[in-house]
Amino acid sequence: MNMLGLLDIPDSGEYVLDKVNILNQPDRKLASLRNKKIGFIFQSFNLLSKLNALENVQVPLMYQGIPAKKSKEMAYWYLEKVGLKGREKHHPNQLSGGQQQRVAIARALCCKPEIILADEPTGALDSKTGNEIMKILEEMNREGQTIILITHDIEIAKRAKRMVKILDGKLYEV
Amino acid sequence: MKLIQIIKIAFKNIISNKLRSILTMLGLVIGISSVIALVGIGNGSSSEVKTQVQALGTDILTIAITSTENSLSYEKLEEIKELSNIKEVTPFKNISATVNRGSTTVTRASIIGTNASYLEVTNTKLETGRTISVIDIENKSKVCILGKDIATSLFRLADPLGQSIKLNGDNYVVIGVLEEQGSSMGNDIDSNILIPITTAKYLGSDTSINNLYTKVEDESRIQRTISSLENYVRTTLQISSDEYSVTSQDSMLNAVDSIDNTLSLLLGGIASISLVVGGIGVMNVMLVSVTERTKEIGIRKALGAKRSDILFQFLIEALVISILGGILGIICGILARKYSKQNRIYL
Repeated sequence: MNMLGLLDIPDSGEYVLDKVNILNQPDRKLASLRNKKIGFIFQSFNLLSKLNALENVQVPLMYQGIPAKKSKEMAYWYLEKVGLKGREKHHPNQLSGGQQQRVAIARALCCKPEIILADEPTGALDSKTGNEIMKILEEMNREGQTIILITHDIEIAKRAKRMVKILDGKLYEV
Repeated sequence: MKLIQIIKIAFKNIISNKLRSILTMLGLVIGISSVIALVGIGNGSSSEVKTQVQALGTDILTIAITSTENSLSYEKLEEIKELSNIKEVTPFKNISATVNRGSTTVTRASIIGTNASYLEVTNTKLETGRTISVIDIENKSKVCILGKDIATSLFRLADPLGQSIKLNGDNYVVIGVLEEQGSSMGNDIDSNILIPITTAKYLGSDTSINNLYTKVEDESRIQRTISSLENYVRTTLQISSDEYSVTSQDSMLNAVDSIDNTLSLLLGGIASISLVVGGIGVMNVMLVSVTERTKEIGIRKALGAKRSDILFQFLIEALVISILGGILGIICGILARKYSKQNRIYL
């Protein structure tokens, strides 16, 4: 997951992302690839606790160099899309787990990435909210968004169009 | 990412850690304000000394004879006056005595034994009465001229002229009062008492003349006058060059100035140390802040922050703290300087 998300560089082998071999790429290039092509959704949400929902969504847009006014509009729009209208000014500690994860989804979506990497997005949530999150992800998928979801919950895995299994470091197509 | 946005983030972080930021700034505020205040005090006192010396006149030369065996006699003064470019010459002798008038006592008052020319040389004027006459000198008369302050403290509102005061128990008649002068070069003429130099021996002083003020006619020729005075003293008294000195106010000024400069440098140096300590405080806080926010850094990197973005974020945070601390420090320093100026605090 860290390797797919360009956070770690592989020691051996190679990784070609969209025709770019990411080995030997400078940090600034990797950062820009992460910013534009990959959206992250984590198990523990990983929102910035000092920023409110809106500002959290604005962070990746800011790193893209989008002016504050425009990124604010975009953040509002994506927060509405994940059903958080009216909670834009709430800080993460004022939001439930499901709501926090939805902020994280909005944050991942707002840069229109080519892949979303979701690392056990439902892991920290009860099954009901987990289900709601999955519905949002499926909805996004229907709209054409590629999502790589990592889970050990077989029920959730079955909802994917393609399933691969990692066993002792080896990848198996199911 | 735009600079304004980074600065916004920096401000947000500083505000969310109010106490820590304020304490960090405090170190800088103390450092910067103490540098400003102390260097200011140093410069202020050197310019104060300069104005004092200039008020005394730059056309005055001081002759000091430190030889224990030889000294000038009173008659030699006429000879000095005859040297070229010398306008006026006056001897002076500093004595300390207890002054009494009725129940008012001033212990260790500063008495100056001198002659009539003293007033002209030092640009001092009489408010009332007369100056020390040649007859006073010859007769060793027990007369005195009072400085303004000591006259007020001895006589209050009464007219001191013709009254007598006691110097170490002897009666002296007040023949004049000086105009108010203000203190200069640590010599507060307003609290001095002038008496004839020959009378000084009654107050336990010898009759030798070791200190002289001379006033020159032409200031531009002052260097030559110094040499001729040195020559005169050396040949008349047959003493070696380390037993006398002829100094102009200018050289005195330079001496005081260099002492002042050394002192300001020293004080500035000490204050700079506190500034360096303040700087280390900022470094320490930023270091703690980085280790404490590794998670935030990780998230930001995952969201597309470059290494330089993160670096800038922390640098700008440190910069904002430093600039705010600096501005506050400058304000405090200027206020402290103003206060010290008003209360005339000098080195």
